[in-house]
Amino acid sequence: METAGQKPLVVWALNISVVVLVLLWIFPTLGLFVSSFRTGEQITASGWWSSMFPAEQTVQLRAADPDDNRIETSAGVFIVEGNIFEGGDTLTIDAWATSSRDLGAFAAGETADLGDGETLTLEADGSYVWQGDEDQLSGRGQRIFVDATVPPEFTTNNYGFVLFDEGNSEGMAKAFFNTLTVVIPATIIPILIAAFAAYALAWMDFPGRALLIAAVVGLLVVPLQLALIPLLSLHNAIGIGKGYLGVWLAHTGFGLPLAIYLLRNYMVGLPRDIIENARVDGATEFQIFTKIILPLSFPALASFAIFQFLWTWNDLLVALVFLIDSSGQTTVMTKQIVELLGTRGGDWEILATSAFVSIAVPLAVFFMMQRYLVRGLLAGSVK
Amino acid sequence: MSGVTMNKVIKKYGDVQVIHGIDLEIEDGEFCVFVGPSGCGKSTLLRMVAGLEETTGGSMSIGTRDVTHMDPAQRGVAMVFQTYALYPHMTVKENMGFGLKMNNHPKKEIEEKVAEASRILKLDDYLSRKPAALSGGQRQRVSIGRAIVRGPEVFLFDEPLSNLDAELRVEMRVEIARLHKEIGATMIYVTHDQVEAMTLADKIVVLRLGHIEQVGAPMDLYRDPDNKFVAGFIGSPAMNFIKGTAGDGAVEVPGLGQTIEIGIAPAYKGKSVDVGLRPEHLAIDPAGGDLRVDLVESLGGVSYAYLESPAGDRIVVEERGDDRVSEGQMVGLTFETQRVYLFDAETEMRIRT
Repeated sequence: METAGQKPLVVWALNISVVVLVLLWIFPTLGLFVSSFRTGEQITASGWWSSMFPAEQTVQLRAADPDDNRIETSAGVFIVEGNIFEGGDTLTIDAWATSSRDLGAFAAGETADLGDGETLTLEADGSYVWQGDEDQLSGRGQRIFVDATVPPEFTTNNYGFVLFDEGNSEGMAKAFFNTLTVVIPATIIPILIAAFAAYALAWMDFPGRALLIAAVVGLLVVPLQLALIPLLSLHNAIGIGKGYLGVWLAHTGFGLPLAIYLLRNYMVGLPRDIIENARVDGATEFQIFTKIILPLSFPALASFAIFQFLWTWNDLLVALVFLIDSSGQTTVMTKQIVELLGTRGGDWEILATSAFVSIAVPLAVFFMMQRYLVRGLLAGSVK
Repeated sequence: MSGVTMNKVIKKYGDVQVIHGIDLEIEDGEFCVFVGPSGCGKSTLLRMVAGLEETTGGSMSIGTRDVTHMDPAQRGVAMVFQTYALYPHMTVKENMGFGLKMNNHPKKEIEEKVAEASRILKLDDYLSRKPAALSGGQRQRVSIGRAIVRGPEVFLFDEPLSNLDAELRVEMRVEIARLHKEIGATMIYVTHDQVEAMTLADKIVVLRLGHIEQVGAPMDLYRDPDNKFVAGFIGSPAMNFIKGTAGDGAVEVPGLGQTIEIGIAPAYKGKSVDVGLRPEHLAIDPAGGDLRVDLVESLGGVSYAYLESPAGDRIVVEERGDDRVSEGQMVGLTFETQRVYLFDAETEMRIRT
């Protein structure tokens, strides 16, 4: 009985924790996404979750200017007719009022008595009749407070401003392309080197192979921060300085141990018979590598590519040390967002949009390649 | 096409010697089977022929070429592995053509050879499939087809049927025999299954612990084994061995309660010998005796009765016909004297009479 009762408990705990994790991940992402389509006012006025649904809202409108529009219907009686939604969005009127102290006093179609015979009638379609004597219908148009249900409203202006506004010196467009310039070579170069190295360490016999593997595993645990300053001074000494070449080399170096380790573990698990058969078939080592090993290692290659892509994309530290100089021409997105937090700290719509621009590509990559991520990870480490 | 010659071939892993100076001549077009228990070195020897294991000492030649230190690709051999070793990311057609493609043969020639091999092995319907979409038997056929396409001088089979279920194994065994007839190439076949060895081989090489125990045609090994190991290894169920003592022109066998009149040389007088009797050469003595029937396995056409003697010897008897023993019965045995094999208990060598 006890064992029968325990298993569902474990399963429940597992399911609940998965749900919790998914929610933890989804809510901030979704919030960021929704906020990036709202104006700054909307963000300060209400939470992103309420923006998804129609909201009850009081809108202040004004009748037409009486001095220009009044018509004398009979002696001393003037009216102003019109539609309060003219020149704006048509709203569904739930209730209305003429004073801010008494909101929602009248239903649509009712007539409000403004005192001394002055009246105002507002119909459901927004048309109104304002009636009174010469003095009453003068000066500015009568204020009308309409309680209306407003449909969700979103704007793409934030994206226009952040990505495409030429005049915006803090835009993300340049930083986006700078990040791409860093990330693509910083992903491809280590994979190329690591694939060759992993094949040699897995399948070629040479003296010192075991020592090399041990060295790679040892390098896995060396923290990156340890190498920042020596590496930068090396770059300066050999004339690379700060720039894309430097950051590519740095990312390659920092990524290689894990890349070699993952790929080697995967390749070692490939069946020996297949490789021996290729050898009997007359394939050279290089042909075995390109025709047999590489295609069969695709899941592992893909999973490492995703990893390397994600963390070079999100990297700030290495870019700050090896790339970004005082000219500001090589700013990457992470750095740009840090800057924005300082200069535009209050403009949440700009921050949310910039942040979403920077997470959009990793999200897309993750969702497209997730099956390789899981498969490559399991095959590389468990086997 | 050509035979394989091994001359004092040795294999060492560090200080551990696993192949101890093998001398062997395999004729052109011969089907040669290496058999032996696990760890006897039969697969190692095959891989040395293939060039996948370096030969530590001695020399090896295929035809007239010395291949002792040649790369696998240049030896003119093709190998079929127990695990099929198909390239999982290629179709059947690409798998079969891979070897020729690697050696830069023209496309048209590859097409023709693949078509020919797939006709022989009836693989035409599967050419565009990937190995994952094939059954075990089909995969092994592709693997054999891949060997055929390369047109090697020597085919090497490393336990090719071990991963198949019993029914397919019989089917593929027949297919390999047919293939050998059709192609006529030299084939070396490694197995631990003596049924495969008996049915396929022109020549069987029995190996134990890196030594050749005996080489010969299947029926020669069955009828005339050189030693106790070969006698016990060839034949199913295995030969019974009962302890006995040599006397004057006779061997006393207490396990059977009999003294066998046999022309054993006087030099052995008083020495202990092992008496070998195959289950199929024994018959139950209806008169009864002091052997107890322990267990009976009935396979339909034949039954195997497991007997135990008062001295503790275990004896298997094959029974045919309608009148069979049942468990717990006390029985005796009869046999023809010329079916008795004698072995020196010390050296395990055959004592010929």
